[in-house]
Amino acid sequence: MRANLFSSWGNTLLTLALVAMLAWVLPPAIDWLVLDAVWGRAPAAACDAVRGQGACWAVVAEKFRFMLFGFYPYALQWRPAIVIVVLCTLLVVSAIPSFWRPSLALVWAAGIALAFWLMGGGLGLERVRSEQWGGLPVTLILAIFGVAFAFPLGVLLALGRRSSLPVVRALSVVYIEVIRGVPLITVLFMASVMFALFLPENLRIEQLLRAQIALILFVAAYLAEAIRGGLQSVPRGQYEAAAALGLPYWKSMGLVILPQALRVAIPSIVNSFISLFKDTSLVVIIAIYDFAYAVKKSVETDFSWKPYFIEAFLFSIAVYWAFCFAMSRYSQWLERGLAREGRA
Amino acid sequence: MSAAGGRDGVVRDVPARRPPARTGEPAIRIEGLSKWFGDFQVLRDIDLCVEAGERIVVCGPSGSGKSTLIRCINRLEPHQRGRIVVNGIELTDNLKNIERVRSTVGMVFQHFNLFPHLTVLENCTLAPIWVLRKPRAEAQAIAMRFLERVRIAELAGKYPGQISGGQQQRVAIARALCMNPSIMLFDEPTSALDPEMVKEVLDTMIMLAGEGMTMVCVTHEMGFARAVADRVIFMDEGEIVEADTPERFFGSPKNERTKRFLGQILHR
Repeated sequence: MRANLFSSWGNTLLTLALVAMLAWVLPPAIDWLVLDAVWGRAPAAACDAVRGQGACWAVVAEKFRFMLFGFYPYALQWRPAIVIVVLCTLLVVSAIPSFWRPSLALVWAAGIALAFWLMGGGLGLERVRSEQWGGLPVTLILAIFGVAFAFPLGVLLALGRRSSLPVVRALSVVYIEVIRGVPLITVLFMASVMFALFLPENLRIEQLLRAQIALILFVAAYLAEAIRGGLQSVPRGQYEAAAALGLPYWKSMGLVILPQALRVAIPSIVNSFISLFKDTSLVVIIAIYDFAYAVKKSVETDFSWKPYFIEAFLFSIAVYWAFCFAMSRYSQWLERGLAREGRA
Repeated sequence: MSAAGGRDGVVRDVPARRPPARTGEPAIRIEGLSKWFGDFQVLRDIDLCVEAGERIVVCGPSGSGKSTLIRCINRLEPHQRGRIVVNGIELTDNLKNIERVRSTVGMVFQHFNLFPHLTVLENCTLAPIWVLRKPRAEAQAIAMRFLERVRIAELAGKYPGQISGGQQQRVAIARALCMNPSIMLFDEPTSALDPEMVKEVLDTMIMLAGEGMTMVCVTHEMGFARAVADRVIFMDEGEIVEADTPERFFGSPKNERTKRFLGQILHR
């Protein structure tokens, strides 16, 4: 403690200054956030009474159904609630290495099928069009499918960019550079407008699917570069040893090169996943109501709760942060585990 | 002379080369081979025949093209002119043929090139399972047999990063042998090793030689060359300058460049 905080005059001054600042900022912050806040279900009038002194968490309690599910029919909201639980359970289970076996793919397929059945209805459940979907399930679906499809596409693009076939290499380079040079919002707009122009009248793709495809195409370009960095870190001798054993290209990539490259690229890959998770909130510009938008809408539309939009936003920040922080910690844990078993 | 020369004791362990089973086609036939890196010609009109069971040591100063030559034999390097025929298969751009040749030609590298994310045993079973399509249990049994042969069976569960350089190189030899190759190529297998580990690797190679494996070794271990080689080849500036039995090569080298090279390497 002494060595860390008071090792020199400069450090001592800095320490005292920081302590003073914390003493100045923390107590009122804690007062507002916790002690003087209105917790649980309470009428808006209760919040008006302590306005300026305490946070109004009652807004979250009041509006959380709309925040989580958006315009999904109120009576049917148990369905997206189950979807959230199913998807989160799948994510947690998939994070545990001892569950990494082929059957996990089947579990995912079943989970996804269940999620879409619950969201969309049919087969005995009342139909809910995807235009009515909203809130956290939409965010989770966009993020999970984004990862699931962008990742393999990114691997292919990274390999393509290093291919010895000039056509494959050129196509990969053009794709990556074009997509990376364009804002996500424009890609979303293009997906929203262009698909409708190109595809025949009877093959209308739903708006949500268009947004999903745009996200996948966008993130894949970034992932490709992250993975290419990993590929470059694998020594040439590894390629040669795999070739010398007679392993054909795809087997040598899949069994020897990619396992090493992806390990190195984990931090940048997770970086892209975290970006993807947050970027899903941009789909609002093509009228898809994800979690962030549902939170905004929930307070905007209700005059008596409108003043408490800060608390509502803090809630959505906390939710996004929890997901992103979990991803970050998980990737660190994964890296440490792999480092232990790999090159000692 | 290098520390592990293996001059004593080993010479008698290795029987003279078995009379080659003359089927007409040698194990490796190289005719008029030339190769360029850009404008620089690394190999100049190389002719070389290696009979089945023959043990060849290739030596020469660095940059002489000796590593490039053996890397051409399993097409890690493509050549621009001439022909290379390995076990009756000519090496061209044909990928299927390249893979066929590679699965019958084992290679051991200077820097081992073990797969760091796999255990010793997995390193040895990878190619038998995925190239030869052997069942996992059978591949493991074969791998354990070869790991025992190179006397490191107890390391089967370790990762390459956890074992010494000499042990890694012996794993690399076992990994190559698991493919049941008819030819083994060694590219300076001991030059990256600490001196005290050279012997264990050379002993393994001598054991292989004693079993009649066709071997082409790029090495500066002249004791090894004397002990096991049927022919020693000296390369300089991309050419084969001299090729002869070890007795004549070391006893009465004909070419000036060979004499100078031997003078430098033997009186160190």
